Amino acid sequence: MKDVHLISLSVNGNEHELVVESRRTLADMLRHDLGYTGTHLGCEHGICGACTILLDDQPVRACLVFGVQADGCEVRTVEGLADGDQLSDLQQAFSDRHGLQCGFCTPGFLMLAEAYLSEADSSADPESVREAMASNLCRCTGYQGIVEAVCDVARSRHPAGST
Amino acid sequence: MKPAAFTYHRAHDVREAVELLTELGDEAKILAGGQSLAPMMNFRLARPSALVDITRVPGLDYLRHDADGLRIGALTTHRAVETAGVPDGFRVLPRAARWVGHYPIRCRGTFGGSIAHGDPTSEWCLLAVLLEAGIVLRGPRGRREVPATEFFHGFFATAAEPDEMIVEIRFPGAAPRAALTEFAQRQGDFAVVAAAVSLTIEDGVCSAARLVLGGVDPQPAVVDADQALVGRSANETTWRAAGELAAESIDPPSDGHGSGAYRKRLAATLVSRAFTEAATS
Ligand SMILES: Cc1cc2nc3c(=O)[nH]c(=O)nc-3n(C[C@H](O)[C@H](O)[C@H](O)COP(=O)(O)OP(=O)(O)OC[C@H]3O[C@@H](n4cnc5c(N)ncnc54)[C@H](O)[C@@H]3O)c2cc1C
Ligand code: FES
Ligand code: FES
Repeated sequence: MKDVHLISLSVNGNEHELVVESRRTLADMLRHDLGYTGTHLGCEHGICGACTILLDDQPVRACLVFGVQADGCEVRTVEGLADGDQLSDLQQAFSDRHGLQCGFCTPGFLMLAEAYLSEADSSADPESVREAMASNLCRCTGYQGIVEAVCDVARSRHPAGST
Repeated sequence: MKPAAFTYHRAHDVREAVELLTELGDEAKILAGGQSLAPMMNFRLARPSALVDITRVPGLDYLRHDADGLRIGALTTHRAVETAGVPDGFRVLPRAARWVGHYPIRCRGTFGGSIAHGDPTSEWCLLAVLLEAGIVLRGPRGRREVPATEFFHGFFATAAEPDEMIVEIRFPGAAPRAALTEFAQRQGDFAVVAAAVSLTIEDGVCSAARLVLGGVDPQPAVVDADQALVGRSANETTWRAAGELAAESIDPPSDGHGSGAYRKRLAATLVSRAFTEAATS
């Protein structure tokens, strides 16, 4: 018999209640049960970071968390970044800096960068951005555009002198 | 890649976690950060019949300094160790944290999980052995503390019983001059070889030293290099000699990440690097 649990969670501010099997990963639950297909799955074992989302503001690999563990939590996915057709500053920077080509890795990088930027200040230097972004894999861009985009946003969100 | 079916149980305190483990039997496993267990389950290298989720057990994420040393709660994340202020004698812990996986892995993975998992290159396992930490366990037979030097039995086997839970890791003594360094193929990967060292220097002379290597044995390996160190001047020549002696006294395995001979060269270099760093820390 399937081991199932009734859980509730919020995704990008929308409340959801659902029955989920224990073995269902959070990534699969978001994609298949709740329709948030922006979260991508590459390796399904923690290496590529394509599935990165924010779970109670922490960056996590959604393939390494079980859906049932998100009971009562706040999840943020790539779908929550844009305001209608208006891209967020970070998404616009990725576009401006050619931080994406095929786009498969992009949702993971955007959510990873959101977490990084929420902790970073104006001193976020390319080296530390590069080290944080090294968590995720991109087969297309060579990373330079991604690092530049994140540095741009670090500067614009935290103008020098502000804290 | 989907995990096999299991039953999920959420523990609300340590007592409940231990009761659940006892009740559910040997095939049940604790789920902490899931950063080692979930990949193994997705690969079906692990097929636990039940998981006891301890992530919501309150009061187990702390770094506390008192007369008995530095205590780290089992659910303290790698990231918390990296960013928390720790007393001076324990700065090697936050310095080493940046070697543990990547930023999101460090946000979710736990100190106790690393110790329980017992990977022979795990930074926390090496430092626990180096600094002679105590692993505090709770089980149906009560509480006990196992010295880290006796805890790791090789190939992910440890002294913890299936119905026991790690609740705390206790670092009894400060090690002001200590360092960990390693070589991995990519940043964030598990190390091919890692070296953790501590030193005492008196009047420019090395009076005591301790050295632990990862990636050369199925468990963290304590290597005696006293002959090259104790009573010698605290300088580069000594650190290099210690590296050579350490390399001579190990017989590491060959695998896809490197041959035994390559690991010996890595060990020599990393040991001398680690002593250099420890001497100046
Ligand atoms: C891409 C990637 C890179 C990584 N790189 C590194 C690295 O460089 N160095 C490194 O050390 N680690 C690395 N890790 C592993 C990471 O550090 C894990 O967090 C850690 O090994 C396990 O901690 P956890 O809390 O995630 O435990 P889990 O994965 O939840 O559990 C691991 C094992 O420990 C048991 N367990 C967990 N907590 C307890 C407890 N309190 N009492 C008893 N048993 C318990 C579980 O039953 C399981 O068998 C990496 C992981 C990934 C995905
Ligand atoms: S799909 Fe989760 S890390 Fe690759
Ligand atoms: S844009 Fe194609 S993988 Fe990154």
